[in-house]
Amino acid sequence: MANEVVDHGRRRFLTATTAVVGGIGVVSAAVPFIKSWEPSARAKAAGAPVTQSLKKIEKGQQLIVAWRSLPVFIVNRTPAQLAQLPKEDPLLVDPKSEVEQQPKYAQNETRSIKPEWLVMVGICTHLGCVPDFYGEIKPEPFDPNWKGGYYCPCHHSRYDIAGRVYKNVPAPKNMQVPPYHFVDDTTVQIGVDPKEAG
Amino acid sequence: MANVFSNIGEWVNERAPGMMPMYRAHMTEYYAPKNFNLWYYFGSLALLVLVNQIVTGIFLTMNYTPSAAGAFDSVQYIMRDVEWGWLIRYMHSTGASLFFVVVFLHMFRGLMYGSYKKPRELVWLLGMLIFLALMAEAFMGYVLPWGNMSFWGAKVIISLFGTLPYIGGGLEQWIMGDFLPGDATLNRFFALHVIALPLVLLLLVVLHIAALHEVGSNNPDGVEIKKGPKGNRWDALKPADGIPLHPYYTVKDLVGVGFFLLIAAFIIFFAPTFGGWFLEHDNAIPANNLLTPPEIKPVWYFTPFYAIVRMIPSFLGSAVWGVLAMFSAIAVLFAMPWLDRGKVKSIRYRGTGYKVALTVFVLSFFGLGAVGAGITAEVIPAWFGNVDLTFWENLFGRLMTLLYFGFFVFLWAYTYFGWETTKPVPDRVTTHD
Repeated sequence: MANEVVDHGRRRFLTATTAVVGGIGVVSAAVPFIKSWEPSARAKAAGAPVTQSLKKIEKGQQLIVAWRSLPVFIVNRTPAQLAQLPKEDPLLVDPKSEVEQQPKYAQNETRSIKPEWLVMVGICTHLGCVPDFYGEIKPEPFDPNWKGGYYCPCHHSRYDIAGRVYKNVPAPKNMQVPPYHFVDDTTVQIGVDPKEAG
Repeated sequence: MANVFSNIGEWVNERAPGMMPMYRAHMTEYYAPKNFNLWYYFGSLALLVLVNQIVTGIFLTMNYTPSAAGAFDSVQYIMRDVEWGWLIRYMHSTGASLFFVVVFLHMFRGLMYGSYKKPRELVWLLGMLIFLALMAEAFMGYVLPWGNMSFWGAKVIISLFGTLPYIGGGLEQWIMGDFLPGDATLNRFFALHVIALPLVLLLLVVLHIAALHEVGSNNPDGVEIKKGPKGNRWDALKPADGIPLHPYYTVKDLVGVGFFLLIAAFIIFFAPTFGGWFLEHDNAIPANNLLTPPEIKPVWYFTPFYAIVRMIPSFLGSAVWGVLAMFSAIAVLFAMPWLDRGKVKSIRYRGTGYKVALTVFVLSFFGLGAVGAGITAEVIPAWFGNVDLTFWENLFGRLMTLLYFGFFVFLWAYTYFGWETTKPVPDRVTTHD
């Protein structure tokens, strides 16, 4: 044995294959642990649609409802607020809502099915805070020329009253409009598209 | 009877002969430069706080409930019903803030005396890894009481990862284990906070000290005592300017410990929330996923980095730039040993440019902290009246961000192109006898 010539090529090959097989084993063994961090079946199942009556929301008021534990803003917009929307276009990042942050049926100037009713996931597209509602068209401490909309307390992003983001703020996109439809004139269901509801 | 103990000692030594040599190598025969000053307290103080965090942390877990439904109430239970629970929790929460005070000063000492330079690059890198682990540990610990600030802090920090293109959204859900921070998030943060990260931290601390003791400590003169004359009172072959860590520096550090504990005790007993700086007022409200606190800001030690995120606007349809800037603010510190090409270590013998740059760097760090903590949002209207707050705050914050990163750019250029005029470095530490 001692006199035999060592086959270095063979030795390298065996070392390399052992390392590769061991490496695959380590990676495979890590998969269950990594996957265990995904939302569990229970968390996924907790996303049922939410139905909300609109009767008690006055003009200019906002109601927040929870859907998939996300805050959903429902706003009854005034004619003055709606009239302001086109005037804000030059100041906005995405005035025509071209980025897919809304269903097709809400890709319009008001980002809604019915112009006066805004239904929107109230999560800032920057880092996920809930923006505060400053609906009135009046000077605010953070902006003397405020035209009504949302102001995020976390990193000071601003949105107009259709959830469209202003330029020069940290948030990159308009706020998300969830799938929703009107069950009747005064009831909205969040989480279901109009065509699905049929 | 007198030799019972020596017999035990012999018995152990025969079976574990490596223990006494190791003790000597790191304590009684580790020769540290004799000219350490006040700045050299903070390493041992960091170790002291680490021990405090582990001990108080173990006792907190005994009464804490890691669930979204029970966490907030269990913290109130610790504060009100558990015997001395308030003291243990305040020791832990004050310890967290003081950990960062001590670590920031420790790092500043490293910058000031060039302790990151050859041959101590590895010591610096390991120290930076400790800093990263410590930030993760502090963040997750902050989430555990499940107050409203805990919840929204978690939401914002986790969303930082959500800004990454393509993988962001999935990554965010993967970290939270849900669509919003909830039970799953709290439980995994608890596991990481009390088991995984403390183990990582302890391992890194051992490596940090091992790497330090291999190359030897730097000192305020930035002189290598190992290259100086040999022979001291204890060993003819060891550096003449070195003294044993034990008992000389252990005793010196005890003085620092006494002074430090005095300050810590004062805070714990008289100002445990430190006016909302160590424990934020909004965290006395239970987590509410529908209501962001009106003034959301991180704990003070994260404010400079948080300010950088806020100061960078999104472009190209992505918010990732602010996040990248924030992470590079930390990453660039890792590169210090290679950015700074200057041969002279200590600020005592470096050029004026370096002194000015380091001062500006520290000021920019404080400036960013003021922006992140919302101080500028209060000060600007108070001092200048009815001005455009957003404009002036962004201008100030962006200037500070520029100065922060400018330090590293300047330092590289200053040393790479040889613009620095240094003073002659002495052969031995200046206070030798």
